[in-house]
Amino acid sequence: MSVDTAVAHDVAEHTAGEKQAWTGAKSPFKSSYGKLMMWYFLLSDSFTFAGFLIAYGTLRFSMKAWPVPDFVFSLFPFTGDAKMPLVFVSFMTFVLLFSSFTMIRAVQEGHRENRSGVVKWMIITVIGGAMFLGCQAWEWSTLIVKEHMSVTTNPFGTHLVDGVYLDDEHGHAYAAGAERETFEEGSSYLLHKHEGEWTQRSYEVTSGIDEGQIAKQEFGPKAFGALFFFITGFHGFHVLSGVLFLIIIAINVASGLYVKRKNGYEMVEKMGLYWHFVDLVWIFVFLVFYLL
Amino acid sequence: MSAHTYEESKSIALKTIIVLAVITVIEVAIALVGKGYAIPGWAPYDTAYIGSFPIGKAVMYLLMIGMSVYKAYLVIFEFMHMKYEVRNMMRSVMVPTVLLIWAIIAFFCEGTYWRNTRAGIEDKDRTEVETSMTPRGPATTELSRPSEH
Repeated sequence: MSVDTAVAHDVAEHTAGEKQAWTGAKSPFKSSYGKLMMWYFLLSDSFTFAGFLIAYGTLRFSMKAWPVPDFVFSLFPFTGDAKMPLVFVSFMTFVLLFSSFTMIRAVQEGHRENRSGVVKWMIITVIGGAMFLGCQAWEWSTLIVKEHMSVTTNPFGTHLVDGVYLDDEHGHAYAAGAERETFEEGSSYLLHKHEGEWTQRSYEVTSGIDEGQIAKQEFGPKAFGALFFFITGFHGFHVLSGVLFLIIIAINVASGLYVKRKNGYEMVEKMGLYWHFVDLVWIFVFLVFYLL
Repeated sequence: MSAHTYEESKSIALKTIIVLAVITVIEVAIALVGKGYAIPGWAPYDTAYIGSFPIGKAVMYLLMIGMSVYKAYLVIFEFMHMKYEVRNMMRSVMVPTVLLIWAIIAFFCEGTYWRNTRAGIEDKDRTEVETSMTPRGPATTELSRPSEH
């Protein structure tokens, strides 16, 4: 706020009542234009994300079965095929939470005009954001390269009946006398792809009205892949843009650009609002995709 | 703006992040324990029912959703400083999100309707196959088999 408007503001407050509210010198929300507009941008962005997540819920409700998160997201880097449900995504969540905390510290240092403190904490935040993106890259590449999920193909299926397999894991008929694998209703499976060919094991149904019939493993709900890649991708893109802007603003801080403004590093504060919003959205993406 | 001193706001931030981390751990624990990964043979997610109502699942979902909403509250009101803004500004941002409650109710009802419609179509397909197949072919021999013995 410049000196002139500050004076006008005081005058307006002292000399008159409500009529003066329309002269333009008042700031009823006691917040700067930039911060207020950041809030409204984030409000609109939250509606975009909410639309995506509600679409996910709607499609999930419309299906008899849906991929089970702790079956789909159960791998951890460098541990091969060991099943560790939700461990890796929890780690990602902590990384993002931690970067939110370091961002707060940057904003607080900004309030006391401590330039080197702001730069230090912003750099740590950038590292946190980059780590999160790295984790997401690993998660995506595991799903795409190893488990062959794509926007249109979802190999994660769920059995709707009890049954006994007629083929072994490689899709060949069991040898005579070999013990056959059985499964229960509600159990999950991952279809394997070998040299471009999908293996869909056939089985005999042992429960329900189709008892005795022969069926084969089907693909899971198609929408799952598209929803996963679009929603986590949209969030990841927010993180990526956040990291880029954090770097730009950190460079500006380091160069002393905001020292002259003497507004407690408001640009860092606005960036902080955006960064916390990314964390906020992740809370719900984490809930909807991984916990429920 | 916050009326806290630098040291105070520093400790508030630290406390908030610890609370957020602890809640996240509890959420993951509920998901894993409830689905039977921690205690062998105890999985209320799949097994706890009152009549046909999956009470285990419902309680787990309510707890996890409630905790996530509380986490969101902490992030917005502490980390993003909404608590220390003018009340009307807070309302101008928070009140519009109430619309989402209706969006969730309406769309989830719609999703359930789609599922029921699909199930109805599947049922119909099955009945038509049965009625058109019974008079001739292998189905007849299938039916007459019990009388042979």
